[in-house]
Amino acid sequence: MWRFVGLRTLQAIPVILTVITVTFFLVRAAPGGPFSSEKAVSDQVRAALEAQYRLDLPAYQQYFSYMADLFQGDFGPSFNFPSRSVNELIFQGFPVTLELGLYAMLIAVLIGIVAGVFASLKPNTLQDYMPMSLAMIGICMPSFLLGPVLVLVFGIWLDWLPVSGWGNSAGDKLLPSITLGAMYAAYIARLSRSGMLEVLSQDYLRTARAKGLPEYIVILKHALRGGLLPVVAYLGPAFAGLLSGSFVVETVFQIPGLGRFYVQAAFNRDYTMILGTTVFLATLIVVFNLLSDILSAWLNPRLRYQFRK
Amino acid sequence: MATSTSIDSATLAMPKGVSLWDDAWLRLRKNKLAMFGLGFLLLVLVLCLLTPWIAPYSYEEQDLRLGAAAASAEHWLGTDTFGRDLLTRILYGGRVSLLVGFVATAVALLIGVTYGAIAGYAGGKVDAAMMRFVDILYALPFMIFIILLMVVFGRNLVLLFLAIGAIEWLTMARIVRSQVQNLRQQEFVEAAMSLGLSPVAIIVKHLIPNALGPIIVYTTLTIPNVMLLEAFLSFLGLGIQPPESSWGLLISYGVETMEEYPWLLIFPGLALSMTLFALNFLGDGLRDALDPKASRD
Amino acid sequence: MSLLQVTNLSVYFHTRNGTLKAVDGVSFEVEPGKTFAIIGESGSGKTVACYSMLGLVPMPPGKIESGSVLFEDRDLLTLSEAELRKIRGKGISIIFQDPMTSLNPFLKIGDQLIEPLRLHFAISKKEAWQKGIEILEEVGIKNAAQRMHSWPFEFSGGMRQRVVIAMALVTEPKIIIADEPTTALDVTVQAQILKLLKELQVKRNIGVIFISHDLSVVADIADKMAVMQEGRFVEQGTRDAIFNNPQHDYTRKLLAAVPNSEKSAQENKAEQNLVEVEDLKIHFPSNKGEAPIKAVDDVSLHIKPNEILGLVGESGSGKSTLGRAIIRLLKLTAGKVSFDGQDISRLSAGEMKPLRRQMQIIFQDPYASLNPRMTVYNTLAEPLLLHKIVTKKELDNGVCSLMDSVGLARESILRYPHEFSGGQRQRIAIGRAIATKPAFIIADEPVSSLDVTIQAQILDLLLELVERFDLTMLFISHDLGVVRYLADRILVMKDGKLVESGSVHQVFSSPQEAYTQALLNAIPGKSLFTTESKGF
Repeated sequence: MWRFVGLRTLQAIPVILTVITVTFFLVRAAPGGPFSSEKAVSDQVRAALEAQYRLDLPAYQQYFSYMADLFQGDFGPSFNFPSRSVNELIFQGFPVTLELGLYAMLIAVLIGIVAGVFASLKPNTLQDYMPMSLAMIGICMPSFLLGPVLVLVFGIWLDWLPVSGWGNSAGDKLLPSITLGAMYAAYIARLSRSGMLEVLSQDYLRTARAKGLPEYIVILKHALRGGLLPVVAYLGPAFAGLLSGSFVVETVFQIPGLGRFYVQAAFNRDYTMILGTTVFLATLIVVFNLLSDILSAWLNPRLRYQFRK
Repeated sequence: MATSTSIDSATLAMPKGVSLWDDAWLRLRKNKLAMFGLGFLLLVLVLCLLTPWIAPYSYEEQDLRLGAAAASAEHWLGTDTFGRDLLTRILYGGRVSLLVGFVATAVALLIGVTYGAIAGYAGGKVDAAMMRFVDILYALPFMIFIILLMVVFGRNLVLLFLAIGAIEWLTMARIVRSQVQNLRQQEFVEAAMSLGLSPVAIIVKHLIPNALGPIIVYTTLTIPNVMLLEAFLSFLGLGIQPPESSWGLLISYGVETMEEYPWLLIFPGLALSMTLFALNFLGDGLRDALDPKASRD
Repeated sequence: MSLLQVTNLSVYFHTRNGTLKAVDGVSFEVEPGKTFAIIGESGSGKTVACYSMLGLVPMPPGKIESGSVLFEDRDLLTLSEAELRKIRGKGISIIFQDPMTSLNPFLKIGDQLIEPLRLHFAISKKEAWQKGIEILEEVGIKNAAQRMHSWPFEFSGGMRQRVVIAMALVTEPKIIIADEPTTALDVTVQAQILKLLKELQVKRNIGVIFISHDLSVVADIADKMAVMQEGRFVEQGTRDAIFNNPQHDYTRKLLAAVPNSEKSAQENKAEQNLVEVEDLKIHFPSNKGEAPIKAVDDVSLHIKPNEILGLVGESGSGKSTLGRAIIRLLKLTAGKVSFDGQDISRLSAGEMKPLRRQMQIIFQDPYASLNPRMTVYNTLAEPLLLHKIVTKKELDNGVCSLMDSVGLARESILRYPHEFSGGQRQRIAIGRAIATKPAFIIADEPVSSLDVTIQAQILDLLLELVERFDLTMLFISHDLGVVRYLADRILVMKDGKLVESGSVHQVFSSPQEAYTQALLNAIPGKSLFTTESKGF
């Protein structure tokens, strides 16, 4: 098992390096310099600024010095807020995004699995159609639509919940978390339903029933593990989706998280901020994919066994 | 076999067999949701294709005196803050949204099927190397890259097609590859080989027709994904740019004014959601209809 | 005093397409220490009959229409689900057919083994574990204490079936339902498992209901038996009565279909061989650092014109690989294959094409060997056109006469494979193989997945075609009885090597190698053969 973990970790390193390199050169290839936009600056100031951001060096030198800084955990200064480093901005916004992401993930996993398993137990009955119709709605109501609709209904018309903010007033975390988690709850529900249906038709469940086990033990002990493997494998991609989904949700609910910073940076052409955030988020996603891979391998005794030697 | 029997007219009038496609179509026809999806989709397609001729108003015709007005006899779905007819704008937006959906999916289909078929047919080391590459791409956070691309290179429709197509082909390649790989081991393909058929003939006559089911299903399910992605980017202001219109963009405008003029959010939202519903129902229905396991009960 | 008394049991399936009488008025008894066998072809209702009394048939669509099943003075059919659960796995256990799928891949052997113990008895986990070790030892698993911690995939098929048997026995049930328990196993393993089952049954005085499609196996193991067809017992009685003096036509048909005669030897005087294989090796790459898998290792053989050569071996022996290599469907690692005097081992695909016409193959699985998207017409027309056997104008006639040759009705010419039964599909596949009028055909287990009466028809069709078209055939099978019925000469293969060869009579009457002897000893149904010699 440790061999598997080691191998997968090693495989993640080139991926992360590729991400950094591609992002770096993409951003550099952007048409128009960072200071060419609105403010006219004197040549002197420009030269000083370019020196500060190392724009006077050849591209490959910029790349290597950026990599060297990254290696020490330094994302460099922000273009837009020269007094603040990208590190500061990331670590100001990230905890908020992480908290939002975790709540959404919790909602998605709990509701998704319960609904999916429930539906799979009696396929093609009301018990199946009800949760699966809801899941279909979840898939067809993207967060940028669901969020505003929820705000409109619960925030404005019914006036039950705050329409924006994060941690400022009671209950203001509820709507954003639901908005972000709904689509993933829907996907997980569909995945766990089809995974369970597949397992429920296996011979070994018949064996379990022939032993005289009551149905709930048959489901919980024998079916769930195999049935939920696809869900575990999906957790990595779901996390990546949640992070990019947070861009929208943070914008809609005006939450001061990393996603909102990123979108703002994108509009302001704050290249160091974009670069830093992309590298940071991408690395995070790669790491999460890795964790979800390891978890599904650990749940599968056959894979575990292959890597034991 | 020496006795050559003369073929009589009765032979030619023999009962036709029921192909798996016929079977699938019969099953699909019984699925009311999928048929609703298909019908709705065809309606939307026709409306969007004919928009320039049937739209009640022109694209940017403003009636500033009117401002944002609720639905009326002249403007069925009301008008936006500039007094532009909302129905017209939704129809034009639909053209862009659907175009993105179909073109990007076509890109994904082309790359994915070719790549997957080659990997699956070649097998061995070629396959391992090709699929390793797909694995690496899978681990990349593409959403963030697309946003980055849009930021860096400006909001360019062609680029958007390519970028979205570039993500979606990965899953298609995996599906096609595993299909081709499975089919290759089937005895009817071995039988074709033992008859002396060329690899191209085997792929065209024996492999592709049998892999078509999953390809069609996944294509149907890719279109809504792509449309969602476009709407997502446009909502953030990173996709389609005004004066072009798309459903994502309309929704994003709708959000700004939803307190006073909720219809500006609700109608474009409905258009997007209903189309996504239709595509997903159709995709699910096709999956059930084309899945040979489903035909056994 | 019988353990179980089934009276007039009927189970119907009510579906949209009508009512299926899966089990229709079946009565039988099971006695302690005795085996009651139910024999029938696929779809005869034998499994439904047994599962329905334990409530393991999904209802709906299934419905018990009538009958009673008396077990320990109670009618199982009137019990609630909760009461039935107390009998399942405790009073009556089941051994399932496929040991590869009937164990949970996500739970350790030990955990699965003690599960029924902990469920039905107040017993600590430690005691249960100890009992599990004992029962594993009893079914012949070595290092039982360690093996309790193993995963199912670490066991071979035969070992898994031992675990499944242990799991059925661990609660000391009164009755065991054995549902085709050896069908998925190799013949030598099958013999071991049957012997084990018999020993344990006698020792513990268990009543066994043995469900099987295989008359030879039943002949070895049954005390009493019933023959089932379309939901009914057409005949019921002691084994000897049924085998020696069958009353019902269907029983006679079944018995006649068992291939138990030996082909009369004819000397093949041909001087030149049609196929020659010298020192053939087929190796497959394995995981890094490990030696390659030697699927075929240094095999030499020859086949004379108009000969049927039987190639026998258990699963994994390399017999199918050898067959495919001879007609160049696989890359040869080393060695030489000659066809009609020409060395074909190094020919390119293009050079092979004209020769492909001369050599064809028939596969085991009639479901996988036909393209599901092509009609029979297209399937049969493809070789005819590809090798220009007929012109486009004659195509309809060509296809029709092929249909006639393999005994398919012309009316079905435009149908698709899924509209045919297994036996009919195999006829289509045979039609495709003989379309090019080949000289040589490889038949790779062509009857293994067919019911016994269908199997007999297909074997006779093959013999007829060999005669009519002067075919030479390599007949690959795991079933010694079938090979004996059909082949002129036999090769025995094990672990990629040929271990024995000779005429059918030689190999069957005086096998030289230990493995061949073991294989022959393992053939079930010897009593069938002996009764035959007594003039049955």
